[in-house]
Amino acid sequence: MAISTSTPPDGAPGTAPSDGSGTGTERQRRRTLLHRLDVRGAPYAFVAPFFVVFAAFSFYPLIYTSWISLHRVELSTLDVMEWVGFDNYTALWEDDRFWNALFNTFTIGVLSTVPQLLMALGLAHLLNYQLRGSTFFRVAALTPYATSVGAAALVFTMLFERDFGMINWMLSLFGVDNVDWENNKWAAQTAISTIVIWRWTGYNALLYLAAMQAIPRDRYEAAAIDGASRWQQFLKVTVPGIRSTIVFTIVLSTIGATQLFGEPLIFGQGPNGITGGADNQYQTLGLLLYEEGWKNYQMGRAATVAWAMFLLLIVVFIVQRLVARVLARRA
Amino acid sequence: MTTDSIPVETADARPGTAQKERKDSPRGKRSRQLFRHPGAGRQHHAGPVAYILLGIASLFSLFPLYWTMVAASSDNTRVTQSPPPFLPGPHLLENLGKAWQDAALGKAMLNSMIVAGVIALSTVLFATLAGFAFAKLRFKGRNVLLMLVIGTMLVPPQLGVVPLFMLMTELGWGQRLPAVIFPTLVSAVGVFFMRQYLTEALPDELVEAGRVDGAHSLRIFWSIVLPIARPPMAVLFMITFVHAWNDFFWPFIVLDMTNPTVPVALTQLSAGYVRDQSLIMAGALLGTLPLLAMFIIFGRQIVGGIMQGAVKG
Repeated sequence: MAISTSTPPDGAPGTAPSDGSGTGTERQRRRTLLHRLDVRGAPYAFVAPFFVVFAAFSFYPLIYTSWISLHRVELSTLDVMEWVGFDNYTALWEDDRFWNALFNTFTIGVLSTVPQLLMALGLAHLLNYQLRGSTFFRVAALTPYATSVGAAALVFTMLFERDFGMINWMLSLFGVDNVDWENNKWAAQTAISTIVIWRWTGYNALLYLAAMQAIPRDRYEAAAIDGASRWQQFLKVTVPGIRSTIVFTIVLSTIGATQLFGEPLIFGQGPNGITGGADNQYQTLGLLLYEEGWKNYQMGRAATVAWAMFLLLIVVFIVQRLVARVLARRA
Repeated sequence: MTTDSIPVETADARPGTAQKERKDSPRGKRSRQLFRHPGAGRQHHAGPVAYILLGIASLFSLFPLYWTMVAASSDNTRVTQSPPPFLPGPHLLENLGKAWQDAALGKAMLNSMIVAGVIALSTVLFATLAGFAFAKLRFKGRNVLLMLVIGTMLVPPQLGVVPLFMLMTELGWGQRLPAVIFPTLVSAVGVFFMRQYLTEALPDELVEAGRVDGAHSLRIFWSIVLPIARPPMAVLFMITFVHAWNDFFWPFIVLDMTNPTVPVALTQLSAGYVRDQSLIMAGALLGTLPLLAMFIIFGRQIVGGIMQGAVKG
C-alpha cells in the first residue's frame, strides 16, 4: 500500500486544523462543496471514457450504417451521397450472392461452433481431474489463442494443401484419395471451420473449467448417494452447474461466427479469398461486405450487408432465447 | 501449482466434512465407497486414459505451431514433398530474414507493438477507473450504466465499418495507426473484468477510510485502488495485448501494405503469384513469436486471468 489509511496523505484537504477564523470556515465551506462535487461527479468522470469511445466508434457508426444503406456512396467519392431509398435492400434481396453468403455463414457457423463447444466441454472435464502438469496442459490448450488469424490461416491452408498437404498425406495412409480442400464446397467449409475450432476450443475449455471448479462438491456427493454413474453426474450435475457459462460461450461464438472474415479470406490466398473461392463456395457475409465496399467500391451496398448481418444476429439471438426457454421448461 | 492452490485448498477443506458424514453414515460399505469416488470433482486423480486424451489434445494444439517451425526451416522443395517433413531443416534464419524483408515485417512489428501497446495501456487505465466506479462508488444510474456496458459486448464493432471508414478518412487517419487505436481504447470486457475483481478484492472500509482522511476520488484511486488492482491489471494488459495484436478485420480495411500491422502484412505473403511455402511459414512464425514468447513466460497468469474473468462473468 502506498499510504497508510490512518494517517492522512500530505496536503490532503479537510485535515488541516482550522483555526476558527472567518477565512477558515469559508475555506471549509468551499472544501465541502468541492468534496460533494467530487463524490457526485467523479464516478461519472471515471466511467465516461468507456461511453465516449463506445458512442463515437461503435454506436454512432452502427446507427449511421442504416442511413448510408439508403444511399449510393462510392469509395472514391465518400462525401457524395445519393438517396436511393430501399434500392440497396431490394438489390441485396435479389442477389444470389447474398443468399449464398448467408447460407455459407450459417453452415460454417454450425460446423465450427458445435464441435468446438462440445470438444471444449470434454477438454474442460479432463482438465478438471487432479493432474500432474496441469499448468502445461492448460497453457498448451490456450496456445492457439495466441496465434493470429493471419498466421493460423496460413498454416492450415498449407496443411490442407491438395497435393502436398499434411492432411491429405495422412488421409492417403488410410487409402483416401486426395481431397481438393479449396474447390470442393463442403471440404473448404470444413477446413475453414477447423481453423476456427483450433483457435478457440482451448479458450472455451478454460471458461468451462473455471465454472466447473465453482460447482459445490456436495452436489456430486448427493448424486453419488443417489447412485448416479459418472456419466450421469456429468450430465445432471456438471452441465447444469455451468449452464450460464455455456450460454455465455454460445453467445460469444455465435457473434464470432456471424462476423467470420479473416479465415476464409486467407484460406482463399489472394484474389480468390475476397470472393470466397472461385464459385463463392465459402464466401461469408463478412467477405461479401468487404467485396461490395472495397472491391466494387459500393459503400452503400456494403452498409446494407452490414445491416443484414446485424438483423441476422438479432434473429439468431431470438431463436436462441426461444430454444433455451423451451429447454428450460422441459427440464 | 500456485494457480491451483486457492481453489484446491477450499476444495480440500470439504472432504473433511465429508469424512465426518462418512462415519455417521448409516448406509455402510456401499456409501463409503461412493464417498471415496464422489464423481466428476477435481479430487479425482486422472487415470491413464485422461492423460492420453489430454496428450492428444495438446498435440493438436501445438502441432500446427511446431510444423510452422519445421516448414520455416526448410526450403520450398522440402516442404512440398510427400510425405511431408517432420523434423526441422537447416534454413531457419535465412528464411526468417527473407520473410522479414519480403513482407516488410520490420515496420509491421513496430506498428503492432505501438498499436497493441497503446491499446493495452489505455484499456487497463480506463477499465480500472470505470471498474472502480462501478464496484465501489455510489452514483445514480450505476446499475443501468453497468447493464449498458455489458450490453455493448453483444454489438460486434465490425458492423459499423462503413461509417467508421468514412469517419477515419474525414479525420485524415486513413492508412494511419490512430485509425486502429482509437476505436479500441477501452473495452467492455475490460471494464467488467476490473469491476468483478475490485468488488471482491477492495474492502469498502479502505475506500471509506480514504474519504474520512479527506482524499478525493482520484487520490483514492491512485493510492488505494491501483496497488490492490495490480495483478488483474497485468492480466488485462496481456489479454488486451493479445487481442489487439491479432485483430484483423478493421486493420485490414483501414490500413494498407505501406503501413500494416503484422496480421495485415502476413496476407501479403500468401497473395503473391510465386508462392514460396517455406517463406510464408517463416513469416507466420515471425508474426506469432512475440505472443508465443509472452505465453511461454506468462502463460500461467494468462490462463488464471481468463478463468478468473469467467467464474464471475
